[in-house]
Amino acid sequence: MIDRRLLQHFDWILLGFTLVLGGIGILTLYSAATANADITVIKGPVYLKQSYWFALGTGVMILLVLFNYRWLSRLALPIYCLSIGLLVAVLFVGKEVSGSQRWLVLGPVSFQPSELLKISLAIMLARYFSESVTEKGFPLRELWKPLIWTLIPFALIVKQPDLGTSLIVLLIAGSMTIFVKIERRSLLCLTSAGIIGSMVAWFFLKEYQKQRILAFLDPQGDPLGAGYHIIQSKIAVGSGLLLGKGFLKGTQNALSFLPEQHTDFIFSVLAEEWGFLGSSVVVLLCLFMVVWGLSIAVRSKEPFGTILALGLTSMIFWQVLINVAMVLALVPVVGVPLPLISYGGSSMLVTMGAVGILLNISMRRFLFKE
Amino acid sequence: MDRYLTVDTDWYRQRVSGALICVIAAFLILLVRLYYLQIVEGTEFIRQSQNNWFRVQGIPPERGLIFDRNGVLLVENRPCFNLSIIPRQAKNPKKVVYKLAELLHIAPEPLFARLAEAKGVPSFKPILLKRDVSRDAVAIMEAHKLDLPGIAITVESTRHYIEEKLASHFLGYLSEISPEEFKSGRFPDNRIGDFIGKFGVEKAYEPYFHGKRGKQHVEVNALGQLTRVLKTDEAIPGKNIYLTLDIGLQRTTESLLAGKVGTALAMDPSNGHILAMAGLPAFDPNAFVEGMTYESWNDLASNKFRPLENKAIQGQYPPGSTYKIVTAMAGLKEGVITERTRLFCSGEYRYGNRTFRCWKRNGHGSMNVTDALAQSCDLFFYQVGEKLGVNRLAKYAKACGLGSPTGVDLDMEARGLVPTTAWKLKRMGVPWQGGETLSVAIGQGFNLVTPIQMLNLISTLANGGIRYKPLVVSQIVCSDGSLVKKEMPVPLGEFSASKKTLQIIKKGLIDAVNKPTGTGWIARIPGVFVAGKTGTAQVVRMEEDNDQKPVEAKPLHLRDHAWFIAFAPAEEPTVAVAVLIEHGGHGSKAAAPIAREMIRSYLGRNEGLTIND
Repeated sequence: MIDRRLLQHFDWILLGFTLVLGGIGILTLYSAATANADITVIKGPVYLKQSYWFALGTGVMILLVLFNYRWLSRLALPIYCLSIGLLVAVLFVGKEVSGSQRWLVLGPVSFQPSELLKISLAIMLARYFSESVTEKGFPLRELWKPLIWTLIPFALIVKQPDLGTSLIVLLIAGSMTIFVKIERRSLLCLTSAGIIGSMVAWFFLKEYQKQRILAFLDPQGDPLGAGYHIIQSKIAVGSGLLLGKGFLKGTQNALSFLPEQHTDFIFSVLAEEWGFLGSSVVVLLCLFMVVWGLSIAVRSKEPFGTILALGLTSMIFWQVLINVAMVLALVPVVGVPLPLISYGGSSMLVTMGAVGILLNISMRRFLFKE
Repeated sequence: MDRYLTVDTDWYRQRVSGALICVIAAFLILLVRLYYLQIVEGTEFIRQSQNNWFRVQGIPPERGLIFDRNGVLLVENRPCFNLSIIPRQAKNPKKVVYKLAELLHIAPEPLFARLAEAKGVPSFKPILLKRDVSRDAVAIMEAHKLDLPGIAITVESTRHYIEEKLASHFLGYLSEISPEEFKSGRFPDNRIGDFIGKFGVEKAYEPYFHGKRGKQHVEVNALGQLTRVLKTDEAIPGKNIYLTLDIGLQRTTESLLAGKVGTALAMDPSNGHILAMAGLPAFDPNAFVEGMTYESWNDLASNKFRPLENKAIQGQYPPGSTYKIVTAMAGLKEGVITERTRLFCSGEYRYGNRTFRCWKRNGHGSMNVTDALAQSCDLFFYQVGEKLGVNRLAKYAKACGLGSPTGVDLDMEARGLVPTTAWKLKRMGVPWQGGETLSVAIGQGFNLVTPIQMLNLISTLANGGIRYKPLVVSQIVCSDGSLVKKEMPVPLGEFSASKKTLQIIKKGLIDAVNKPTGTGWIARIPGVFVAGKTGTAQVVRMEEDNDQKPVEAKPLHLRDHAWFIAFAPAEEPTVAVAVLIEHGGHGSKAAAPIAREMIRSYLGRNEGLTIND
């Protein structure tokens, strides 16, 4: 199935980044969970579970390397429809966890279809844009299809409600659209529509979501309520200093001052225990991974590969950016996991899947020499 | 030509370069921010991480107190010392616990069990070892503080019922909130582990008693110890409640009931205030907050005399002859008899092929309604009942408040039963028998009433026909003394009978007590006109109970229930009473003297009446 030539072009660097980041994630989770028995009591040993997900993710990754990624272009619509179907199913039969209905339960595992959708949408948009891309850019009238494809899942995910993931969906679609260029006039139209839309959206936000945004603007206004996450996260990160408190020695982590320390706030555990040195290494690793993803986009010699690679890279980029910025109190608290590091099976599988497709595009770049 | 040739690779390269710049810029911001937080501001955050940990601690509100109608304190809160251990500070928790048990001379096993239960809880969190230890134990622990590292004594407030067992059914008790109650959303201000009212006034007025939880915003250090209080939102204490109960009368009533199984209650006829509500056997509500062993709970729950039941509102009994008041009222109002109607009592009444007897075997002779009430003639009321029919009788019973709860603000009130032909057909699937009407007319048969319904009935008769909701609370007051709410009398209905009819019935009841031939002669009080009605509620149906043995010779569970309902002074009534003694035998002997002493006690103290025997 894979010939020697392909194997020669295998992208060991991307694979390396992925494995290193995943390993760091499991190590950090080990610390987060050992320090806080509550998590272990509720969820069992999360670092072990994460290891299983990581192994499973590696399987998914290998699977997605085996065939020519251009098949994805043909399968774009069925994959997209499947994802939408699952999202609709979640609305009816999804498991509710602390007020949000995000999970589909299949036997012992639960899965978030919204994660899968990120990739399906990227494939769908890549196919559409690659078929009609021009240097002039897209006029508004050619954008209504991608707009609808984006807004349907966006609405479904907002309904769950999962503000973080729906935001990521918009950002992926937005990045890809801007990448393939849109006419200046259309860009202005879309931007102003977006601004008006978000102003209208404020009125539809849940009370806790408004609280988070207000708390971000003024965390001291309610240090024990909505501002708590932000303040505690800042203390954890800041008290890491240059070298950190050491592995398993983070006190903010240990005394359960950190909220969601094994999922969305895992980076603050890392920053507390490994300091500026450790956390900037992780940030740089993420940066290199994203830059590498962009280079795959450039090196691919055909539009579908280029645009898809960009879409998937943007997914990783936005998640890293928003997650870390949230932990560092640069943006309001939105539930976005840190790829490969935060605890969570769906996120792990989907990130590994995206890496698999990137590897696929990367190793097949020479099949399209002009 | 392929679409992808419309744009060349250089164009893509240019687009990607744009993206690359954005990406690098964004990550640069993250790195600068990291540098700022960890290097520039780091020392400040490390200080905060050591000292400046915020915590919110709840302050449980002080529960409202309970007073009687005259301001006598009945239920208060007392400090309760709880023993906990913080494993992290104890270093070797098992050793410390062993030492502790040795010092206090208590068995270490239950304490070890608590430790084992708390496995997996972060080690800086205190684990409760023992609730409510004595002051002596606290003193011992203070003295050996250094030998007991990690042992913490916390004080909380716990409920204290000053006179144990006094008015226990009325006051009720507290118990730990159950997970179901916690989840129900009815107790939004409570936490798991809180005690809430589960019975009696404690339950009915829970929202008033509870108050509002306070909050203390504190800083704790690396060991989780409190270092500074930042802000305190004081808890708002619960409201104090003044009952309608007259605790003097309550105490007298309970002592009168001593050794019996039954209930006795009193009401102010002018407004429905419950002045006394005693039931025996009783329980000690303190036991519920102090923590009951399984055995003592089992003893309470399986006792055949049902100490946990408030017999005044939960007990359902046939009303016996007290029901003749209803039959008389219906007969007079419906015109089947008048004041002057005389019916003959030969001691036996033939109905179909059955013989119904009067309690007086050789008959009362010719009787009018007043005599029939006074001497409780069964034959007179058989005939009135026969003329009325059961459904007309039921209409009056219901108008008197029978067959439905009185609405008193206490839990688990029973509704009683007023039988009708439709009820029997639906319930038993067989049609009504004419003879059953005769039984019903004298308060036997299917009839069931609660003592509070009978109290309300006699109280209504006393005040001239207005049926009030029985009130348990007279006023609710803030801890600072300001009035929150005064419970006003709630009229529920009015007797449809005319004043004249009521006068006729009253006359019968006065004669019952004040004429030597009356069944309630034993309840007379010289100097006061008491009006009353005896009742003997058959436990075994009449037909089956043909032996003429004296009451004392029968086994307890076959003896009849004794009733007496009364009010006084007859002309201007200020108190109504109802007494029910389970298996007490005849109402005249078992119940009437208790009612008499209740009235004597109440009037003696409240009306300044000098009563000479």
